[in-house]
Amino acid sequence: MNSGSCSSLMEVGYDHHHHGHEELHVLAVDDNLIDRKLVEKLLKISSCKVTTAENAIRALEYLGLGDQNQHIDALTNNNLKVNLIITDYCMPGMTGFELLKKVKQESSNLKEVPVVIMSSENIPTRINKCLASGAQMFMQKPLKLSDVEKLKCHLMKCRS
Amino acid sequence: MDLVQMQKSLQDYTKSLFLEGVLDSQFLQLQQLQDESNPDFVSQVVTLFFQDSDRILNDLSLSLDQQVVDFKKVDPHVHQLKGSSSSIGAQRVKNACVVFRNFCEQQNVEACHRCLQQVKQEYYLVKNRLETLFKLEQQIVASGGMIPAMELGF
Repeated sequence: MNSGSCSSLMEVGYDHHHHGHEELHVLAVDDNLIDRKLVEKLLKISSCKVTTAENAIRALEYLGLGDQNQHIDALTNNNLKVNLIITDYCMPGMTGFELLKKVKQESSNLKEVPVVIMSSENIPTRINKCLASGAQMFMQKPLKLSDVEKLKCHLMKCRS
Repeated sequence: MDLVQMQKSLQDYTKSLFLEGVLDSQFLQLQQLQDESNPDFVSQVVTLFFQDSDRILNDLSLSLDQQVVDFKKVDPHVHQLKGSSSSIGAQRVKNACVVFRNFCEQQNVEACHRCLQQVKQEYYLVKNRLETLFKLEQQIVASGGMIPAMELGF
């Protein structure tokens, strides 16, 4: 249907094939239902395994950093191993920025997991604050297929 | 109407929505995510948008009708609607939400009431247009045809 985008999708598929890596497992966090559906689709089309969370607390629970202080070593449990966290900035309760800080303050390997922040608002102080706190990247919403492809290429390079 | 005419009607109709600014390029992004393995993706997401927006608009009406308007409740709703309308390419709804948020910040109740009306208007418009678009698509598919790819040349 859209031959332009088909060839770039093929490239992403071959990239995965050449490097022989297992699929990237992405944890996507967003309180907006429509945005969650979209980011999930964008990532799946880019050959990622996707887990979604509707807020930062649920995301932390998934990562084994829940309130009960269950230090399930998320990185040894294959099902839970997360290669990337992509989170919205503006969320009720805990923000994406606070989630980023929690992850980066971890003493475990979890702090090495790249965290990407998304936002519909282009506020330089916000962007800089996130990058200064260890965010891998800041992405402007609404996300496009080309944004996710760029992100994936960037991450694949970092891994190899 | 034969298949070719139906496909041309769909393309013209879609094009008009872009020219009127009802939809923007983000809608094309959505269409790019649809394929044979997921042929209803766009209508699924848009349906979710309709359900979510109906709920939000209802909550907004209730919030603005209170004796004392709690803007801490109103603003997050408008923010949500701005986000989801932006994500599906409903440009005029998004723009109306931007104006709405400015008046929320100023805590201007009267202006917010007007903004809500404006948002509702734009929302019902895009809802109506998209429902028509999906009907046209369904007619084509029912006649054994394919949905033509959107030309980006305009």
